[in-house]
Amino acid sequence: MIHILHRFFFPFLQTHSLQDLRQQAPVAAKVFVQRDYTSGTICQFQTKFPAALETRIDKQQFEDTIRKLNSLYAEAEKLGGRSYLEGCLACLTAYTIFLCMETHYEKVLKKIANYIQDQNDKIYAPRGLLLIDPIERGLRVVEITVFEDRSTGPGR
Amino acid sequence: QYFLLVNQFSIQAATVPKIPAALNRGLMDPGMTECQYSQISTVASSPMESQLGKKIPKRKWQTFPGRNKFYCNGRIMMGRQTGVFYLTLVLIVVTSGLFFAFDCPFLAYSLSPAIPAIGAFLFLFVMGMLLRASFSDPGVLPRATPDEAAHLEYGINSPGSGGCRSPPRTQEVVINGQTVKLKYCFTCKIFRPPRASHCSLCDNCVERFDHHCPWVGNCVGKRNYRYFYLFILSLSFLTIFIFAFVITHIVLRSNQTGFLSALKDSPLLNHSDTVLEVVVCFFSMWSIVGLSGFHTYLIGSNQTTNEDIKGLWSSKRGKGNYNPYSYSSVITNCCAALCGPLPPSLIDRRGFIQPDTPQTLCFGNSLVSLRADCDEADDLLFFFFLLHPSLLPVSLASWPFSHDSCLPLCVPHSRSCSHLSTPSALVLESSL
Repeated sequence: MIHILHRFFFPFLQTHSLQDLRQQAPVAAKVFVQRDYTSGTICQFQTKFPAALETRIDKQQFEDTIRKLNSLYAEAEKLGGRSYLEGCLACLTAYTIFLCMETHYEKVLKKIANYIQDQNDKIYAPRGLLLIDPIERGLRVVEITVFEDRSTGPGR
Repeated sequence: QYFLLVNQFSIQAATVPKIPAALNRGLMDPGMTECQYSQISTVASSPMESQLGKKIPKRKWQTFPGRNKFYCNGRIMMGRQTGVFYLTLVLIVVTSGLFFAFDCPFLAYSLSPAIPAIGAFLFLFVMGMLLRASFSDPGVLPRATPDEAAHLEYGINSPGSGGCRSPPRTQEVVINGQTVKLKYCFTCKIFRPPRASHCSLCDNCVERFDHHCPWVGNCVGKRNYRYFYLFILSLSFLTIFIFAFVITHIVLRSNQTGFLSALKDSPLLNHSDTVLEVVVCFFSMWSIVGLSGFHTYLIGSNQTTNEDIKGLWSSKRGKGNYNPYSYSSVITNCCAALCGPLPPSLIDRRGFIQPDTPQTLCFGNSLVSLRADCDEADDLLFFFFLLHPSLLPVSLASWPFSHDSCLPLCVPHSRSCSHLSTPSALVLESSL
């Protein structure tokens, strides 16, 4: 009942509702996918398949998820006409323009949050896994919580 | 009206409105002896938020482990020592104020009204950039959660190691053909990303760390480097502008009345403002213009101050040593530094602490590991003061300050473990 009340009054906490319910199930392990710095300082994660997930999920699906995340972060940090235009416009307005509109990076971060929520609902939750958005870990790792096998259902 | 069960939060009894006794008894679970209820209205959302702001547990900035100051309920973030920042503000505001008050009327009348207009624009731009550089998050990396730290410490990267061992101090990675060493930060319990460094004054790892600037009162890193650069560039223009037009003013007035009488006409006290402006502008001009030139070079070659003083990418280190982060052309480097996408703050200062999220623990740090952080900061501070030759008397006076800031770090355990119980960041809540 607490969770229902929480979700009614705090719709912005809905992204945690899956996590809240998952808290009921015991956590078996946590897997951390580290950053891949071979292309420099841009945000990319390693696509190496962790051994702890071998019994839970298909390697290809995991790699697809990570690759999609990498492409989304690359889109956020892309240097191109659009980002230069945004930068110049912001400079000319002494950066006051960001009081009314959000940056391109923030828009892509929202896209990433939706993508992770979607992946959790469709692929990871049915297998007893939970992806944590990297922004909540300071873009250091993709944390995957592995729950014990008995926990059921996507649970909403 | 609806009632919200918030038994896991501590609520001030005074703020809880009176609840009908019958309802209270009905809803109160005998097992939960510390239930409190808060009455909330569903009509308007903003009163709800502000009411909850008082009752819901702390925002993340209140338990931030670094040595930073936060103002305006987490919106503003600065380094710990802000005295020199106020000096910067006073110098700029007073000098510009004197210029507008005493020189502009004459110049607007005898030359052009565009002069005060341009001066005003420059002044506002300088202040805007200074405040932006001082108040924003420089790119602080949040510390590792206990699970992450444990994962690194148990050395899962090398299978078969088993058991507990401390993580290796460095990790090597090849970036665009260059081998780069990633250091392990014992304070933050993470492997620092490339170009990141730990600032011992703020006790944080900062991405693309440039230097800690006392004049700005904050670190200069990935997120506020462009504001810092635009600040020093526009301040150079403002200083030269004021200096040039004050000299012009004196020259024009002396043409009218004769040079010595221009100064002698009224007692020197009346012209002390002019003298003050000339002195301040003349001495600060050299260091600020020099600093702008130096940072223009850094931007063009896509290096940080930190990398440049260490000579990491210089060809003197060996043949084939080049900067792996530099783009193909100087223009691209400049555009990337100044007009690139603005990364978000990773520390989420104004977020509320969820009771189930892992809190970063403070770990006792060994004496040996802390000394490594101290040495790095010493190099940086020395370089900073080197860049400001006109401020050498000031820098010599404050040199002991840098050592004092290092010494507390070299005390193991007791100091660093005070973070959770009493936040080391000074907290000033403004009324919003």
